[in-house]
Amino acid sequence: MKYQAEITAILIILAFAAMIVVVINSGSHEWAGSDDQAEDVIDQMTGETYEPWASPLYEPPSGEIESLFFSLQAALGAIVIGFFFGYYYRGRQINP
Amino acid sequence: MHIMEGFLPPIWCLFWFIVSAPFIVYGMYQMRILIRENRETLPLLAVAGAFVFVLSSLKMPSVTGSCSHPTGTGLGAILFGPFVTSVLGLIVLLYQAIFLAHGGLTTLGANVFSMGIAGPIVGWAIYKGCTKTNINTYVTVFLAAALADLFTYVVTSVQLALAFPAESGGFVTSFIAFATMFAGTQVPLAIIEGVIIALVFKYIIAVRGEILVKLNVLSASAVSRLREAAA
Repeated sequence: MKYQAEITAILIILAFAAMIVVVINSGSHEWAGSDDQAEDVIDQMTGETYEPWASPLYEPPSGEIESLFFSLQAALGAIVIGFFFGYYYRGRQINP
Repeated sequence: MHIMEGFLPPIWCLFWFIVSAPFIVYGMYQMRILIRENRETLPLLAVAGAFVFVLSSLKMPSVTGSCSHPTGTGLGAILFGPFVTSVLGLIVLLYQAIFLAHGGLTTLGANVFSMGIAGPIVGWAIYKGCTKTNINTYVTVFLAAALADLFTYVVTSVQLALAFPAESGGFVTSFIAFATMFAGTQVPLAIIEGVIIALVFKYIIAVRGEILVKLNVLSASAVSRLREAAA
């Protein structure tokens, strides 16, 4: 079947989305990053509060600016992917 | 999610830098040869790097009520092998450590090892192993990408457990605690990542299958068979 891979992918992503909807509607969650959780586990394991011995040279001043950099990262990657797939696809049409 | 800045004792930071360095150096050497001798693979190399960029910027919610992001290293590992992929991973980790305070410069060695080296080695080995058998190519790609993602977090757990053994029970207790925490969040994301990369692999076969033959990723007969199936 021509679109078997696409259909499978969409179904799996939908199943994932449905699970998230269920979790959102079942109690409150923090939706924190798992690296923050790692910090808690470190404290639990060693029984003391761990003090990081180095801090980042630069930290985004706010959540907005942080999301700017994350979007920029995704956008740069997406441009490269789109450009080269378009380049390959067109090349194939002209020169099969 | 990477180990944050300052969150590994200095001795472990140094240790992981020393472990990662040879992979990066050899990866750069391989990359130079690839660029010089196989110029037409350059766009594919850019796409593999771009995938690490895009996927590791997407912090997604997971079923455990916390967030994490995929690694995207599976595609690079399948196409170019683990050494070249370690260089791609290094670029992304540097960007995130410098601009986003995500990961860190002191923990860069450890993070490169988990995301850029250990994960891709597993993905690459699974891909090479499964292509020798009769398993469907897309299932193989799915397995390689998903397990590369998952293994990255197994290694992160090992790294944290080595640096922070539990008061009672030591390394093993600590490893189980870190691994269960990461696994719950990461398993669904690894599955999604595997699906996306398997789909992209289909498109690469459709538009430029002959480069995969040249890179020794697929045999010429496999490419024409998969193309016929998709037509």
